[in-house]
Amino acid sequence: MSILKVDGVTKTYANHTALDNVSFDIPPGCIFGLLGPNGAGKTSLIRIITQITGADSGEIYFKGERLKPAHIKEIGYLPEERGLYKKMKVGEQLLYLTQLKGLSKAEATARIKTWIDRFEIRDWLGKNIEDLSKGMQQKVQFIATVLHEPALIILDEPFSGFDPINANLIKDEILRLRDLGATIIFSTHRMESVEELCDNIALINRAQKVLDGPVREIKDTYKTDTFQIIGNGQLLITSPDFQVLEQHDNHGIFRANVKLLNGSTPNDLLRYLIQRVEVHSFVELVPSINDIFIRKVKETHHV
Amino acid sequence: MSKIWLIIQREYLTRVRKKSFIIMTLLTPLLLATFMILPGLLMTMSGDTETVMVLDESGLFENKLKNQKDLQFIPLSGSLEQAKTVYQETDNTALLYIPNISIDDPKDITLYGKKNTSFQTQVRLENVLEKEIENQRFLASGLDRATLDKIEANVKLNTINLSGEGEKDNNAIVTSIAGVVGAVIIYFFIFMYGVQIMRGVIEEKTSRIVEVMISSVKPFQLMMGKIMGIAAVGLTQFLLWIILSFVAVTGVSAVFGVDAAPSPAAQFAAGQVAAQGQEVTEDDEAAVENSAKDNEIANTINDVKQSVANLNIALIFGCFLFYFLGGYLLYGSLFGAIGAAVDNETDTQQFMMPITIPLIISFIMSYSVVLKNPDGPVAFWMSIIPFTSPIVMMVRVPFGVPAWQLLLSMGLLVAGFVFTTWIASRIYRVGILMYGKKINYKELSKWLFYRV
Repeated sequence: MSILKVDGVTKTYANHTALDNVSFDIPPGCIFGLLGPNGAGKTSLIRIITQITGADSGEIYFKGERLKPAHIKEIGYLPEERGLYKKMKVGEQLLYLTQLKGLSKAEATARIKTWIDRFEIRDWLGKNIEDLSKGMQQKVQFIATVLHEPALIILDEPFSGFDPINANLIKDEILRLRDLGATIIFSTHRMESVEELCDNIALINRAQKVLDGPVREIKDTYKTDTFQIIGNGQLLITSPDFQVLEQHDNHGIFRANVKLLNGSTPNDLLRYLIQRVEVHSFVELVPSINDIFIRKVKETHHV
Repeated sequence: MSKIWLIIQREYLTRVRKKSFIIMTLLTPLLLATFMILPGLLMTMSGDTETVMVLDESGLFENKLKNQKDLQFIPLSGSLEQAKTVYQETDNTALLYIPNISIDDPKDITLYGKKNTSFQTQVRLENVLEKEIENQRFLASGLDRATLDKIEANVKLNTINLSGEGEKDNNAIVTSIAGVVGAVIIYFFIFMYGVQIMRGVIEEKTSRIVEVMISSVKPFQLMMGKIMGIAAVGLTQFLLWIILSFVAVTGVSAVFGVDAAPSPAAQFAAGQVAAQGQEVTEDDEAAVENSAKDNEIANTINDVKQSVANLNIALIFGCFLFYFLGGYLLYGSLFGAIGAAVDNETDTQQFMMPITIPLIISFIMSYSVVLKNPDGPVAFWMSIIPFTSPIVMMVRVPFGVPAWQLLLSMGLLVAGFVFTTWIASRIYRVGILMYGKKINYKELSKWLFYRV
């Protein structure tokens, strides 16, 4: 059973359509990428899932139930525009936000303790948010998002504003939470930043879902049977089974992108090459999600 | 409900712990106490007895210059030069030299002092001399002072309210003060704390915490929590002011041994008494009449006490609390809606106007029209309409308002704040997530019917 099922959701604002009949499923325990350019409708969809706004039509099911206020407790949301009460102390702020999710004070206090130890931020508890650096504030906000141990964590543009070290720290935390059973939704327009993390994705463009499914399947579907070869020698491919898309030679070192034709296999190509040149590297060129997205968008617009 | 309670707690605690709140709460009663006590203190400090030596060559004022409590006369004889020498050796205030004059032409009377003689002393001496010369002129023309005093009339009206439950002694001054004080407090409370609501909403919007918040609570809960939390802050401050003012005034007056006016009403009355007392002092020199003066003061004070007692304290206080909270809720939610509609405080001006105007008008009208004619049509309508009633009705209540009018006004006020809260929450829920858009009234009215 999927943890979240989006079923034909449509949302219209005064003069534009933000979501047009969008449907997809999110299996539990996965990292799900909600991808699309700016203004595609990602944030509108998230606001419906977090019950900030309602859909005009369509339904959302959380663990098989229609979305209802009791689910707020099971969802954690980190908005794209980060924000905390500036003049409130870190400890009080975490306690307040967690209590608002429905946790008791004792429970919230205990959880804050484990998290501040994990992030080694015990010294910050008594400080006002405005006295912290931006990166520190982001950490506090991340903790506030996951403190109530939600089953579904929604992160809008999760890595913007983090330096590489903290971004890695957050990445590790996200993977740890996933291993503990949480489902994570990444929403971002920078597709390459989450590509290697996501198990499943949905691509959204201009209010419509373009594509969704497990990343591996999507990549399989969109792979082009193209291999990049780097090696030593004079490469001259004459076989009709292989098509050279691109080739560069530089002082005896070549780099070539070769496409398999007529049902030939990678091994056929490798065998063909070994007889002629010295192969240093042989890599399949897998399309990035970005490439797939662009291709898909072009396709839909041609049709 | 428990979420609203959490929000109320946060709004309350963060504000109450602010330095500015603590300073304001402590400083205001101290200032108040200082203002109440300082004049009395200054009066006692400058109240040294002044001694004036008198060299009277005319003989007109012999035994006529009566010693008063803080003004003593010492008669001298001999020449002016001798008198000056004698005066120089003492530390008396001044030397009054009256040359040989007639009552028809009192010229060249001179006051010698070691330093500059105070204007007050000068005026007092002039009064004493003028009175004496007038007396002598009356005598010369066959009138005496006693006859003249009999002719002088002094009328004071006792006002009695016949409507309502039987006859009531009714002192217009005390009545209006009770109402006006209540109205002024309501007026400032709505403004001070209404603006705090607005700032709070803007702060949540600009710090972008609002999206996190409303993923946990409903916008309506967030708005009401803020409004109620701030109301609690206001009530706390108000209560502390009353207690601390009382403590400060009693404390300071105990330390300095000065009688401080315990309440504005009594202070006002005391001011009146003092004014009358002043006249009396100027009017007579005879010490005998002082007792009559004291009597009059006592009577006036009794009047004040009696009218305070006659005001239905419970009713007035109950009405005050009701209109205090009702008015605050009515306007508070609108202030909240303004905060939600704009991105920063500089944009609030255009929306503040329609809110502040009814408040200011009712404040001005309270003074100019309602006080003069508390049962007139202007007073009636303004005390019924919810936007002006919190202030205007407060001014009217101490004068006595028919029960049906009071109930109608209260009912409409409740309906009024339910209505404004509804409007405000419609604007609020759209506005808090709207950034970077210039909002006008047309846009706002559309928000009322948005489906969110």
